[in-house]
Amino acid sequence: MALLETHEIEVFYGDFQAVFGIDVSVEEGETVAIIGANGAGKSSFLNALAGITPSKPDAITLDGKPVGGTPAYEMVKKGIALVPEGRKLYPSLTVEENLLIGADGKTVDRGWNLDEIYRLFPILKERAKQMSTTLSGGQQQQVSIGRALMANPKVLLCDEISLGLAPTIVKDVYAAVKEIQARGTTVLLVEQDLSAALGAADRVYCFMEGRVTLTGRPDELTKDQIQHAYFGMSDA
Amino acid sequence: MSYVNTIIQGLLLGGLYALYAAGLSLIFGVMRLVNLAHGDFIVLAAYVILALSSFTFLPPVVAFMIAAPFLFALGWALQKYILNRTVQSNLLVPLLVTFGLQIIVQNGLLEAFSADSVRIQLGPIETASITIAGISMGVMPLLTFLAALVVIGGLNALFYRTKLGRRLRATSDSPVFAQIVGINPRNIFAIAMGISFVVIAVAGFFMGARANFDPSVGPARLLFAFEAVVIGGLGSLWGTLGGGIILGVAQELGATISPQYQVLAGHLVFLLIILVRPNGLFSKQ
Repeated sequence: MALLETHEIEVFYGDFQAVFGIDVSVEEGETVAIIGANGAGKSSFLNALAGITPSKPDAITLDGKPVGGTPAYEMVKKGIALVPEGRKLYPSLTVEENLLIGADGKTVDRGWNLDEIYRLFPILKERAKQMSTTLSGGQQQQVSIGRALMANPKVLLCDEISLGLAPTIVKDVYAAVKEIQARGTTVLLVEQDLSAALGAADRVYCFMEGRVTLTGRPDELTKDQIQHAYFGMSDA
Repeated sequence: MSYVNTIIQGLLLGGLYALYAAGLSLIFGVMRLVNLAHGDFIVLAAYVILALSSFTFLPPVVAFMIAAPFLFALGWALQKYILNRTVQSNLLVPLLVTFGLQIIVQNGLLEAFSADSVRIQLGPIETASITIAGISMGVMPLLTFLAALVVIGGLNALFYRTKLGRRLRATSDSPVFAQIVGINPRNIFAIAMGISFVVIAVAGFFMGARANFDPSVGPARLLFAFEAVVIGGLGSLWGTLGGGIILGVAQELGATISPQYQVLAGHLVFLLIILVRPNGLFSKQ
């Protein structure tokens, strides 16, 4: 039984449908990447998993139990924590406060605490008393990841964590993702940066227009297959 | 010397306006809600304290201490069951709902207590005064100012030194994304309104002890509160105290020209500040 599964999940914004009956499964300890172009439904899918956008109760299962439709403030307590697109730090809180408030969603101790976050991202300890808005983009992303980890989640959802970051910073952020995975946290990534996603993931799903167009292990997929699934076209 | 005296009297009056404004500022800061019934809730609190004191023969201060938790519960329930239904909609809906509440509270008070003006009686302290460096100050205005410092200092400590304060600020920053750390914004809004009603109880106590009041005086309290909040800068608690002081000093200076200019002078300063600094004097924006 997979740790996290979706069953024909659909996401609507009013009358507009963004996700059309997607099945995704994530095994415990795995890192799974969802890739796709802008508007493919990746973030809508992730927001539904986090409880930000509504879904049907049986559309999402965690440890085999239906959790779909659970509001976001309950979803984090069930073990699904989100690193949102654009970081969404709380500007009126300091770096340390942004991290500490993440622990409000903790129900089980899986070893993540402030000291562990500072060990993973040492620069944040130096910046602890600064307002979060004064940090660089890469440091803000570290706070956002740290905040989600403070909830000690079973599954960490990461939405476009490379967005707007310099390539060297992206490398550092993904090194941290590798370490998080090595500590046993299951990770589900949404990413437009193909090389970052393929380098970090055990398995990949490609979305296009709200549907899955390709799935497999990164080393099994050809460039042509990915291009076709990503853009709906190939070199040939 | 007379101008120094006027400024000090204005400063003390500003304490009362800051008390009127603190609850309004808190609610606007946390949930961007303009509570048009705020002034009427201050009057309601004053009547609750007065009625409790009259029926139980308890001193008004004790009546206030008994009333404060009940008013917290009233504010909490009001937000939980009525206002939470409006906060996610556009700005107009909460304005209309709180305008409706204003009418209900005013007419309810009129029905229950009549239009006769009343006062919370505190005895000799009401007229007591002390003289410092040749300037005479009423004990009640001094206590009001002290209460404003305690209330605003307390709210600041709550906001910046407690776990609840962290949650209040995170919810204020983003009600949607506060949820990803396990915060239910609707619960936080209800707690914030409850706290606001405790501040309203303090304001009601001092309003009722310093002057006669009747069910119709709420809108004027709202106006002074609103002006103090805007002068200070929306959402800034110490700014609200500053705004109250500026309003109080302006009114006292206006009154030295002629008593009829007292309120007008406050409004003119408010308009001037809106023209020069629309975000308020102490806003960080």
